[in-house]
Amino acid sequence: MSQVTDAAPPGAAIPPADAPKRMLHFHVLRHDPQDPVSIPHFEVFELEEAPGMTLFIALNEIREKLDPSLAFDFVCRAGICGSCGMVVNGRPGLACRTLTQDLPAEISLAPLPAFELIADLSVNTGKWMRGMSERLETWVHSLGEDVDLTRLEERMDPDLADRIYELDRCIECGCCVAACGTARMREDFVGAVGLNKIARFALDPRDHRTDADFYELVGNDDGVFGCMTLLGCHDVCPKQLPLQTQIAFLRRKMLKAGL
Amino acid sequence: MKVVYADVLVIGGGLAGLRVAIGARRRGHDAIVLSLVPPKRSHSAAAQGGMQASLGNVTKGEGDNEDVHFEDTVKGSDWGADQQVVRMFVNTAPKAVRELAAWGVPWSRVRQGDRQVIINGEKVTITEREQAHGLVAQRDFGGTRKWRTCYVSDGTGHAMLFAVGDRAIAEGIPVHERTEALALIHDGKRCYGAIVRDLITGELTAYVAKATAIATGGAGRVYRVTTNAVICEGIGAALALETGIVPLGNMEAVQFHPTGIFPAGILVTEGCRGDGGLLRDASGHRFMPDYEPEKKELASRDVVSRRMEEHIRKGNAARSRFGQHLWLDITLLGRKHIEHNLREVKEICQYFLGVDPAEQWIPVRPAQHYTMGGVRTDHTGQTPTLRGLFAAGEAACWDMHGFNRLGGNSVAETVVAGMIVGEFIADFVASPEGELDIPTAVLRDALAAERGKLDVLLQGGGHEQADTLKAEMQQTMTDNVGIFRTGADLQRAVDKLQELLVRSRNIGLRSRRDGPNPELVTAYRVQKMIKVALCIAQGALTRTESRGAHFREDFPRRNDAEWLQRTLATWSDPLATLPTLNYEALDVRRMELPPGWRGYGNKDYVDHPDTAQRAAEVAKLREAASNGGRHAVQAALMPYDHLLPASLRGYNERIDEKIPK
Repeated sequence: MSQVTDAAPPGAAIPPADAPKRMLHFHVLRHDPQDPVSIPHFEVFELEEAPGMTLFIALNEIREKLDPSLAFDFVCRAGICGSCGMVVNGRPGLACRTLTQDLPAEISLAPLPAFELIADLSVNTGKWMRGMSERLETWVHSLGEDVDLTRLEERMDPDLADRIYELDRCIECGCCVAACGTARMREDFVGAVGLNKIARFALDPRDHRTDADFYELVGNDDGVFGCMTLLGCHDVCPKQLPLQTQIAFLRRKMLKAGL
Repeated sequence: MKVVYADVLVIGGGLAGLRVAIGARRRGHDAIVLSLVPPKRSHSAAAQGGMQASLGNVTKGEGDNEDVHFEDTVKGSDWGADQQVVRMFVNTAPKAVRELAAWGVPWSRVRQGDRQVIINGEKVTITEREQAHGLVAQRDFGGTRKWRTCYVSDGTGHAMLFAVGDRAIAEGIPVHERTEALALIHDGKRCYGAIVRDLITGELTAYVAKATAIATGGAGRVYRVTTNAVICEGIGAALALETGIVPLGNMEAVQFHPTGIFPAGILVTEGCRGDGGLLRDASGHRFMPDYEPEKKELASRDVVSRRMEEHIRKGNAARSRFGQHLWLDITLLGRKHIEHNLREVKEICQYFLGVDPAEQWIPVRPAQHYTMGGVRTDHTGQTPTLRGLFAAGEAACWDMHGFNRLGGNSVAETVVAGMIVGEFIADFVASPEGELDIPTAVLRDALAAERGKLDVLLQGGGHEQADTLKAEMQQTMTDNVGIFRTGADLQRAVDKLQELLVRSRNIGLRSRRDGPNPELVTAYRVQKMIKVALCIAQGALTRTESRGAHFREDFPRRNDAEWLQRTLATWSDPLATLPTLNYEALDVRRMELPPGWRGYGNKDYVDHPDTAQRAAEVAKLREAASNGGRHAVQAALMPYDHLLPASLRGYNERIDEKIPK
């Protein structure tokens, strides 16, 4: 195997040591809605690119060296918690796993639209997601009593468990909502994130809700019939969830339930 | 003064905190959860590989039960754990998996028939039993004798956190997101809640509660190189410490995970090795069998991390421009397995390294991973010195991990502790002791004190920079309080941290707004973090032995005769620069499993004077009770059932072990 040498880490992410260093310009949308004199504007920060630099590393360096007041959100910095959704050169994505080497030297960063702005790049996705979860009741609705925890668990077909997990992988980052045409026009639209959750619970035999129950939740223009099939959601989902298929499937199902 | 009341105030919205709140809520008490971030973004989501529970469904888990899980955990802890708490834990873990299954966690399931797996570098065919088909599956993890780790692909923590988070929403539990507790409200005997800062507006509120639970996770970010999320800064431990009367237990017990990707320190799961992945050096040699012929890559984490660093010191490291590292090879598992069971690993390698792990090896080096120590509590989760204050999960030390935690036992602990502590906190709130009688002056003074501290930071004109102090603290800890420790290094760390602590009292800010001000947040947190770091460093300096993850090169032997003791660190004088250390002896005469060799790692240790006698006693008791079956033997050795909440007692059914109807 070729890697069995004293070489640099393999792979494309880290360019050779002698590659010329780029100066990056970050055009960051700044605004503090709580400050009556604040006006939204772009501020430019210049940094020298480092090997393996991600937007997580770059933004922290800006905060450390150039402006300690710059607001943004990171938690896991490993692409699994969904905190750091932002619009990078016009496209919603997870900042923590975006490598600067994949971007041009001019980089624009803006907060996700459709969510309440906290400050600068920080938006309140949590509040939005909680509201959506309450509205769509995104939990297993079981019948009656609690299970006896001392007994064997209920069986589930291994493939079905995998299919549920496939949809359960959503991290509620909000990128799909930010990329959604309907969500921009219709404040109460549940977004691909909400529709995917309904598809996930509809698939789960532990949830005893029927299609008629789900129709009550998403059988309208704030639900599955509001989708204009632009499918920005599908294009930007950082977890590559099969949103296109799920929305189409749900629409057919709800159409039948509504007849 | 703004005051919010709840029966139960839970600080921390990860798995442990949410499950505590659900427990209290289900018993009819109002619970409010405080969370720095939306709760589903908590670090619990990062637990990839799985949770240990002795269901014994898969063929390689046959014969598993609470007894085996208990022994693995106690050996893993290097006998530092409270064995009664371990018993409570192992008996509740299967119930936790089953509860979560009912709540919607899509556990990976057993498929009957033949399948190919990799064991010890070889392809092996194993046959899953028909009667196990569709039950929750288990995979192999380090330091365990059976395949015991239940999993959801490699997104176990994520799936658990979303199910529990959604359950909390279903129960109508309010989560006050983007809020941060700055101090506990107390009068030296009783805890009354916390002073809480709104991270969006900067407003301070007194949250008053009959019971308060700290569930804030670990303190990994006191180190520079850590797998922990950026919010894991040990603030919950610091809140308890700053009361001056609540001790932190065993803070020097810090786990380093063998496979942080190099250099970013992002975790790739132990499931990589559990599923058959190998560790290799610069020349491609698989070196772990040379050191650990029995468990190889699957010895406990403290041992594997130490062996890796030892191998690097001998000059066998691969080199990159970022420094020295080793390789994790999972190519032998095949693309299908990786894309199905290790997809988070695949994504992490792809996005952060540009590596396809089905084709290429992954550069890894041990990184700080887990805080075994924490807020010292009894088996109910309550602190003995401040009534009404509870702790659960990684933030707590009740103490089931001792000096080393087994992989898969932490995410299990979050929900198990949540179930147990949730019941006890409900009992407390309903009891006469739970009644609140608090003068408003206590609230006012507590709030004014925190307001004053913030004003000093914002307006005091200090000249130290918060992020500089933080970076120096992190570097100090990574350089001097790591996997191999010496008296000289630790003394250097303690000296430096004391200096940083003094400097942290003179922080000035460049950015003076009180709302969403990240610099202010760093400033007040770093003052707390340095104290937590000092508890770790001073505890490590004073403990002149090696136990579990705490390894002293100058005292390489485990010394039960002198150090079968739990460290208790308190900080009674706010102006002190060092914690006060006291010690709490573990009683060998009450142990179900007296100290011995772990089955891996160092065989050389100093016995406790009571060990031989207790070992003989245990052997005799075992023989006398042997006719009554394993439960009778266990009850004869160390009864614990009475310690569990009544609703969580009872044996666990398995395919091979029916319980009477």
